[in-house]
Amino acid sequence: MNIHPATPVIPDASAPVVFDNVTIRYAGSSRPALRSASFVLEEGELVVVTGRTGSGKSTLLGAVNGTVPHFTGGHLSGRVTVCGRDTRTHRPRDLAEVVGVVRQDPLAGFVTDTVEEELAYTLEQLALDPPAMRRRVEEVLDLLGIADLRDAPLRDLSGGQQQRVAIGSVLTASPRLLVLDEPTSALDPTGAEEVLATLSRLVHDLGLTVVLSEHRLERIVGTADRVILVADDGTVSHGLARDVMASAPLAPPVVHLGRWAGWQPLPLTIRDARRAATTLRADLLASSATSPGPSESRVHDTPAPSGVGQRVVATGPGSPPAGERVVATELEVTHGTVAAVRSVDLSLRDGEVAVLMGRNGAGKSSLLWALHGTAARSAGDVSVLAASGTRVDPATESPKVRRSHIGLVPQSAPDLLYLDSVRAECRQSDHETGAEPGATRATLDRLAPGIPDDHHPRDLSEGQQLALVLAIQLAAAPAALLLDEPTRGLDYPAKAVLGGLLRDLAANGSALAVATHDVEFAATVADRVIVMSEGRIVADGPATDVLCDSPAFAPQVAKVLAPLRLLRLDQVESALTATAGGSR
Amino acid sequence: MRAAGTPLSRHLHPVAWWVWAIGLAVACSRTNNPLLLLLAVSVASLVVAAKRGSSPWARAFRLYLVLGAFIIVLRVALHVLVGYKFGTMKLYTLPSVELPGITLLGPLYLEGILAAAAEGLRLASLIACIGAANALANPKRLLRALPSALHEIGTAVVISVTVAPQLAESVQRVRRARVLRGEGGAGIRSVGRVALPVLQDTLDRSLALASAMDSRGYGRRTAQSTSSRRLTGALTLTGLLGAGIGMYGLLDGTAPTLIGMPMLVLGLALSAIGMRVGGRSVQRSVYRPDPWGLPEWLVAGSGVVAAVLMVVQAGHAPDSLALPVQPLAAPALPLLAVLGILVAALPTFVAPDPPVARRDGTR
Repeated sequence: MNIHPATPVIPDASAPVVFDNVTIRYAGSSRPALRSASFVLEEGELVVVTGRTGSGKSTLLGAVNGTVPHFTGGHLSGRVTVCGRDTRTHRPRDLAEVVGVVRQDPLAGFVTDTVEEELAYTLEQLALDPPAMRRRVEEVLDLLGIADLRDAPLRDLSGGQQQRVAIGSVLTASPRLLVLDEPTSALDPTGAEEVLATLSRLVHDLGLTVVLSEHRLERIVGTADRVILVADDGTVSHGLARDVMASAPLAPPVVHLGRWAGWQPLPLTIRDARRAATTLRADLLASSATSPGPSESRVHDTPAPSGVGQRVVATGPGSPPAGERVVATELEVTHGTVAAVRSVDLSLRDGEVAVLMGRNGAGKSSLLWALHGTAARSAGDVSVLAASGTRVDPATESPKVRRSHIGLVPQSAPDLLYLDSVRAECRQSDHETGAEPGATRATLDRLAPGIPDDHHPRDLSEGQQLALVLAIQLAAAPAALLLDEPTRGLDYPAKAVLGGLLRDLAANGSALAVATHDVEFAATVADRVIVMSEGRIVADGPATDVLCDSPAFAPQVAKVLAPLRLLRLDQVESALTATAGGSR
Repeated sequence: MRAAGTPLSRHLHPVAWWVWAIGLAVACSRTNNPLLLLLAVSVASLVVAAKRGSSPWARAFRLYLVLGAFIIVLRVALHVLVGYKFGTMKLYTLPSVELPGITLLGPLYLEGILAAAAEGLRLASLIACIGAANALANPKRLLRALPSALHEIGTAVVISVTVAPQLAESVQRVRRARVLRGEGGAGIRSVGRVALPVLQDTLDRSLALASAMDSRGYGRRTAQSTSSRRLTGALTLTGLLGAGIGMYGLLDGTAPTLIGMPMLVLGLALSAIGMRVGGRSVQRSVYRPDPWGLPEWLVAGSGVVAAVLMVVQAGHAPDSLALPVQPLAAPALPLLAVLGILVAALPTFVAPDPPVARRDGTR
């Protein structure tokens, strides 16, 4: 595999990326998005850029190939040099053969419609001669293991395959540097794994420098050489992954566990953490042996124990037991000729958070929409226990009545917003649900305090938009709420807020179902986990059992502490304190 | 050049499909004989059914047929509403509304309705021909065959082509979201509520795509002098204008012959020179360009033959190409025209099958 730069490389002083005192300010913004950033990225490094939503991660990544400010506007002071070329004088298109850029949604960046043509597109723009083009496309097809997909229409590929094609499409130009903006945020764990494994291979086999941003650090920080942390005020700190992680506010669970336990050196991977955790595991095993009763129940129950008393297992064919808010029997959904959901029996109980997991296309969204009644089902029954105590089929209700029984927050939540200010959205929501004026705003302030009334909903961060949509859906006071991929684009603090909120709703007796790919989020909210595959439910049980038993879905803490059945750091803490101060 | 017979499966050159379809469309435009028109639509459908690929637009041919049917209905409805009513076989009398210079509704005659339907059918068959070309020739591959001076316009067209299905997707998604907020999703008021998120979505996508293309080297070109740019623009524009007028003259049987073929040739020649001049500054190469072989010649030729035979027939016996309505009679079946349209079915046998996309490993 001989991929090397297509253009003469200026010797020395041409590290892949040099940021020299870079400050970037957008027009109309009071503070710079990036403040005096200075760093050098070396050959063959895997660099993770992290920071809170809106902190300037994308600005930093965009500045690497000149998209900022050439394409986005804004003012850049200082100097960015990429392989010896100054982005001041080189537009993104002039850097195409040294920097490859891959974005979050691969489909949005595709110009052609089949894999092979997409791989060739960059080369066509670079005017490579056809034989060389042909050879490079074949090389990249093999390198990424997508040769059998060469004629496939891009739209028909899975998310992970699409993202690998997107990487391949910039790799054909033999860049020295890959820049990826949240490449895995739309992918299921398997797809994300594929993409990250590919990236790590490119770094190791080809010596490519890879810079990527990622909210879910647990996926990538173990293989990263260096971490760049963009703070909220735009300042940038960078260093070896282990050094930055020792104090970074945003860190994956394994790092939090390591910090809590005081392990030195700080483990970043499951492997290192398991080696360091030998004593901790022994302590925990000893403590669970001495006091099995309380410790066991603490471990198996999730933080809000409200749902426990109401767990009813039997679902007879007659009228469902009390507490079963939503009941589906023999539910089937087809899209054209494709069966998305196949004879699913499911009940959602009051006071319980059920998390739906499974790979992309497993039928999670279809199931949620069919339970909600807005999308048609092809067979089966769905009933929701109405406030009046009767069971109704949501599909036969009018949309207005339906949302007072059951609410749904779709995958692209901002679709629900169409007015020009937060104030107008809240008023409209009060109006359409008949809630008393100010009710939606009050809910919103509880979920995400301090969102200004006059802001445009589109200008809010992902977390704030989600909070607004949730407040709107909750205005109708449904007893059941379904959420489809609510954590997309949320950083750790925003996910923690969302998790707390869902637990509160459940504690107040709502029945909740959340479809998510985010294992760590599932570990924080789930009472019960349902795993779907090819439209069928393949596992359904208490969160601890399902999550701990599956290697794919086990959260990091569970992987480190197996065979102990602990999902989160707070469970570890309470398991130890339960036996009055176990030593670390 | 590969011999006809059992060609390997590959994409036929998109220009060949378009020449074939335009030939058939020219033939259709010269007649309102329903027998010939239906024959032409059947031939187009036959070829599409035999040779279309698996791409989304290949599946869209049915939409063009539906659109055609709608046009026939619309044409008849317009005739009923405002058309000039003529004939002897009265079917039904609607109350007529006299307005200055125009009569709405009124008595309906079989002849008038049939003539209107035949006119509608002619338009529908033109649309079917264009639809066939669209279904058979991947529009994106067609644009790859464009001269490099038009490359950037071509890319713009490709993007607008992809925007349409995405737009439909967005509209559907947003409408479902509106239902989640308790609205029926119908009615004029909901249009604005759907439009804003959809527009936002489209804008975001466009920006994302533009940025992606920019960072992949799109639009790299060597500097070009102002005079050369102006020359390119003038030549291309005049040429295209000439070609447009020429095409109009060719399609409209009543136009003077001078603004037919000669104008078209002149226009195309001017455009070609302009593109040659402009293309010099574009540095770009084409990956696996579509070859032009014997099947391409045969497919394009079959369309041209259909057009030529129809024009010849029109020269010999123009009456045979019209639906006789005064008095009403069965339409004739002119041999030459029928032969021409049947020749247009040749691609069913000579065009290579489109490659089947391998889907193993995809979801």
